Amino acid sequence: MTETNKRVVVAMSGGVDSSVAAALMVEQGYDVVGMMMRLWSEPTSEGGAHNRCCTPEQLSDARRIADKLKIPFYVLDTQDVFRGKIVQYFIDTHTDGFTPNPCIECNRHIRFDWLLNNALALEADYLATGHYARVEHTTDGRFLLKKGLDDAKDQSYVLSVLNPSTIDKVLFPVGEYEKPVVRQLAAKFGLPTASKKDSQDLCFLGDGDYRRFLRDHAPQLMAAGPIVRKNGDVIGQHEGLANYTIGQRKGLGVFAAEPLYVLAVNPAVNALVVGTADELGSTSLTASRVNWVAGSPPAASFKAEVKIRYKSRPVPATITVLDGGRFSAAFSQPMRDITPGQGAVIYDGDICLGSGIIERRPA
Amino acid sequence: MSPAPARHVYLDYSATTPVDPRVVEAMRPFQSETFGNSHSAHIDGRRAETAVEEARERVAQVLGCKHGEIVFTSGGTESDNLAIRGTALAGLKAGKNHLVTTPVEHSAVGKTMAQLSEYMPFETTLLPVDQSGLVDAEDLADAVRPTTGLVSIIYANNEIGTVQPLARLAQAAHERGALFHTDAVQAPGQLSLDVKALDVDLMSISAHKFYGPKGVGALYVREGISLVPAMTGGSHEEGRRGGTLNTAGIVGMAHALALAAEEMPWRVAHYTALRDRLTQGILQAVPDAIPTGHPTERLASHASFIFDGLDGSILLMHLDMKGVSASSASACKTGNPEPSGVLLALGYPHDTAMGSIRLTVGKDTSVEDVDYAIQQIGETVAKLRRLRQQYA
Repeated sequence: MTETNKRVVVAMSGGVDSSVAAALMVEQGYDVVGMMMRLWSEPTSEGGAHNRCCTPEQLSDARRIADKLKIPFYVLDTQDVFRGKIVQYFIDTHTDGFTPNPCIECNRHIRFDWLLNNALALEADYLATGHYARVEHTTDGRFLLKKGLDDAKDQSYVLSVLNPSTIDKVLFPVGEYEKPVVRQLAAKFGLPTASKKDSQDLCFLGDGDYRRFLRDHAPQLMAAGPIVRKNGDVIGQHEGLANYTIGQRKGLGVFAAEPLYVLAVNPAVNALVVGTADELGSTSLTASRVNWVAGSPPAASFKAEVKIRYKSRPVPATITVLDGGRFSAAFSQPMRDITPGQGAVIYDGDICLGSGIIERRPA
Repeated sequence: MSPAPARHVYLDYSATTPVDPRVVEAMRPFQSETFGNSHSAHIDGRRAETAVEEARERVAQVLGCKHGEIVFTSGGTESDNLAIRGTALAGLKAGKNHLVTTPVEHSAVGKTMAQLSEYMPFETTLLPVDQSGLVDAEDLADAVRPTTGLVSIIYANNEIGTVQPLARLAQAAHERGALFHTDAVQAPGQLSLDVKALDVDLMSISAHKFYGPKGVGALYVREGISLVPAMTGGSHEEGRRGGTLNTAGIVGMAHALALAAEEMPWRVAHYTALRDRLTQGILQAVPDAIPTGHPTERLASHASFIFDGLDGSILLMHLDMKGVSASSASACKTGNPEPSGVLLALGYPHDTAMGSIRLTVGKDTSVEDVDYAIQQIGETVAKLRRLRQQYA
């Protein structure tokens, strides 16, 4: 069976990247099926919907593109599984004082699990998405997850949950291109999304305002409480833990001899812990819920680079594999933005090796 | 590209039908040649008027009524709107502010009644139905009051295929002084449309459900019933419905209706054989499939089931990829499916109602089509149930 006999389901959002991904798959001769997930809809008091993903406009855009490409197109009701696995996780982890990255979890539980399995059930050989990343099939039969060609758009951070049982079934057609070229391709294919703006993270938040969302869904995170130093001295009052992020300096409303930063949140006593720049930095982190793209780590301890946030630069670190699906990363310089709940994603140059979720620092 | 599905099997004739080639022929002269406005006084207008009135005569013949009792509309939805709004508003001055219907109506009836109750001084009573969707004449008799203007009950249900004992129900309404309307959109070609025998005062039909064109329908209005137009405008249709008449569509509908009446014995026999084969085949392939609607008092063309635990939309997607066009009451194109109100009214729980499927056969359906569909449905249901296990 040649590649051109193979069926690929393209996850379409109505946006430029997934539309071009679908068009490239058609051009390459695959048997293409478009699918869109209806993930979440949050009613407003006006009876409209808050969320920015899967709006009626995006749905009709995706349907129109599928018609233009002459491919079947289906919308899947994903609301139950998304509510349970992603929205509840977002609320629960925030409640526990973490700052989660729901896109990582969505890729782990929804896109490359639920959707992939629905695609395979439809006798598809592959699931393609509009992500900027690349999958390389090595001559010795392994699959590598690599950064997208366009470093500025690279999305391998949120794809670091791929593993040997999924990576051989995913395709990232636009990962081979730079974003401006993708826009040109959209124009070349005559896709009506050629000038649409990029989609955004936290797709399920209608207004992009996660504080408003948490106020609605976890009101205790908006309750005022003490601002404390590490030694327990109360130096002020905060306006609800969800309003602050690790490393934040502005807007604390406390006065001290030195600038103070958010060090941690302690939801058990609704306290915001602040301290100096020296106290903020740390030369190490630990991460759990670890995934290795290759199925196992390259060594028990090895040198690599780590990204501690989606948009941060990779930093050299020594990775040590720990028991219980964990690892530690040791940096040569103190890192100020280590945020429990975010992904720590490990790279060897362009190759994404895997990731874990940053744990809370022991007190 | 991978090969197209082995067959394409259309089993959604209750949604719509292809226009019969004989109907296309009958309509052809009324597109470009005889194009006049049937309300114009000149020769072009008179030719169109003649065609429209001949069509009205043919429709009246099938329904066993006078030609003046037929109002042409844009389809079933408009016919239902005109029947309900038209009689409700006309009865209001006489103090008739109560309406009676069922929870298993097409939304053209259900939502029209709901709107009248919300924005106008009407009250609507929903009659109980049993688990097959049947209405009891005694319940109807109990519900009708001196102020009841109209009772509207669907003849044959589009989702579950159940056929109501219309004459008995109409009699119960009449004995208590209420008018009786029926949405008979699914009936032509399969059930008697004799308005005298059925004893109805108003009856809606829609051409595209019986191999006629889309966008044209008719409403039977018993002589002497006053009707406030739902579509105000010119004095067309004896002041009952404004708007230039769709000559070609009306001619096509009349021809299609005459064919439906003429061929009804053959069609019913053909549909019944295929429908029974389909039902037995599916119950064999999916032994726990739940047939919905009445087992015997049902449309000859209509088979409907629930596959408990499945999402009707995903089932339809898989069948579409296999070349089988079916429908589900809960399916929608926006990925935000809601269970069918009809199935909920029959007492099925929310999650169960999500797994509904409707298969309706037509004139051109073959035994091979039915067998192919049975095989694909059996395989797909088994596959989706395995997939569902993973996320239970």
